[in-house]
Amino acid sequence: MKNPSLKLYAVAYLIFLYAPIALLPLFAFNDSKVIAFPLAGFTTNWFAEMWADQQLFKAFGNSLLIAVCASVLATTLGIFAARASTRYKFPGKAGILGLIMLPMVLPEMIVSMALLVVLIAIGVPLSIFTIILGHVLICTPFAVAILTSAFQSLDRSLEEAAYDLGETPASTFRLIILPLVMPGIISSLLICFTISLDEFIIAYFLGGNQTVLSVYIFGQFRFPAKVPAVMALGFVLVCISICLLTIAEYFRRRGIAKTGGKDTGGFL
Amino acid sequence: MNRGSSSGRFRNTEAANGLMMVSPTAIYAVLLLAAPLIAVVLYSLMVDSKVGLSAGLTFDNYIKVWTGRIDQALMLRSLTVSAMVTLVTVALAYPVAYFVSFHVRPERKSMWIFLITIPFWTSYLIRVFLWKVILGYNGVINSGLMNLGIIDEPLTVINYSLGSMIMTLAHAYAAFAILPIFVSLEKIDRSFLEAGQDLGESKLMTFFRVTLPLSMPGVIAAVLIVFIPTIGDYVTPELIGGGKLPMIANRIEAIMLKQNDKALGSAIAMTAMLIVAAVAVVFLLLNRRFLKGQSK
Repeated sequence: MKNPSLKLYAVAYLIFLYAPIALLPLFAFNDSKVIAFPLAGFTTNWFAEMWADQQLFKAFGNSLLIAVCASVLATTLGIFAARASTRYKFPGKAGILGLIMLPMVLPEMIVSMALLVVLIAIGVPLSIFTIILGHVLICTPFAVAILTSAFQSLDRSLEEAAYDLGETPASTFRLIILPLVMPGIISSLLICFTISLDEFIIAYFLGGNQTVLSVYIFGQFRFPAKVPAVMALGFVLVCISICLLTIAEYFRRRGIAKTGGKDTGGFL
Repeated sequence: MNRGSSSGRFRNTEAANGLMMVSPTAIYAVLLLAAPLIAVVLYSLMVDSKVGLSAGLTFDNYIKVWTGRIDQALMLRSLTVSAMVTLVTVALAYPVAYFVSFHVRPERKSMWIFLITIPFWTSYLIRVFLWKVILGYNGVINSGLMNLGIIDEPLTVINYSLGSMIMTLAHAYAAFAILPIFVSLEKIDRSFLEAGQDLGESKLMTFFRVTLPLSMPGVIAAVLIVFIPTIGDYVTPELIGGGKLPMIANRIEAIMLKQNDKALGSAIAMTAMLIVAAVAVVFLLLNRRFLKGQSK
């Protein structure tokens, strides 16, 4: 209203953000081996081809296992760090939290190479387990960030009231704090799950001969004939992550409503 | 005195509780992050030969990296690409963040932010690959334009170039830039803007003299958040650059894994980290200057 050109620009920007993703359904259903215009006609063959690929299911299974383990572990570690940073003062706090958050601002290549060098040096065989180790490391900062805001909006007096009514610290945590930060925990789990599922560098270098979904996709790019099936797979993945994000957003909003905070929007 | 010692004891138990609470996460980070980084530092100071790592410490690897023509060229390319990506991303993102913060009704803001963040949470590999599909020789743009009769031959300037790498990365990191700028714009007290206009400044001057300086911490955070991962990007040079325009990360992989020279590879990784740290320090100092300017 005040400035129509600014709104126009913002909408154009959104289109720029979504345009490449909009190509996914277009070519996933396109009846041609070549990704080019004009479109050739409707087919679901690419989905069938994707569905028939045993390797894909193996890789997807590995990815799911890794993502579940990494998100649970990272969220657990995140709960400890977020609780410590919002509730206690202790020596070296800034340094310790800085180290925990460091993977967020470190190029992933450096994290994965550093881990790789050490794992090889101490003779740990590369496997799904080593990918999980790496993913927990890079997911934890996101979990800490999400959970810190969840713990921050806790009212300290609720906890004190529970102590006054004779609850122990452990039962207070279970009965009062945990339910209040539950939405934060769920959105942390979902975000870490998404990050782990999507992560490529660590999975590629620390996986040994175990293939995960992102590494599988990267391998498929080498074969032009496989591209339409990758488009179909990409379309399915986009749908899954939009569902997960919508659920995460729902819980985040509910969390804010529960603790009576103000919605500032966004995960970060 | 009695009170003092009891509060001292309280502080001790609080410190102990806090340390205890943070310890699982901290120990994990020390074992899997600090220790490996220290190992990389040590490796970078040794010499890797076929016999194994030498015992003595030396700066030979760093000298090799900093004077080597290929390494210098790759560092420069990585720096250029990530600096351009940062510039493009932040410049394009600012108006969007400004629009959402100042022109969108409060109850609809989180929907806008949600819309902006969705593409960012979808598979990074597939997004990068889609740009290859769009910009490639037989890609969407070329086939579309040829089909419409606008061009006769495929454009070659758009495939496998630095420009398309910059475009791809700018798209991939868009949300990273918008969020911090949005947060800092949200924090600005709107009465400052009214004050500026009451004192006779035009809208544009108010923006340049009040809004922009106050949102600078967000801009600087955006710069760092985009710059740091893009300088270490591996996938885009591999896919969009077609492997012909490698950046630091590809070089680290080639030296470390293909040539199996862990010492030299570590020195390149450490150099990349030093560059990142230097850029971060410069921008953090800039940020401090802006914060100081505000409190004056």
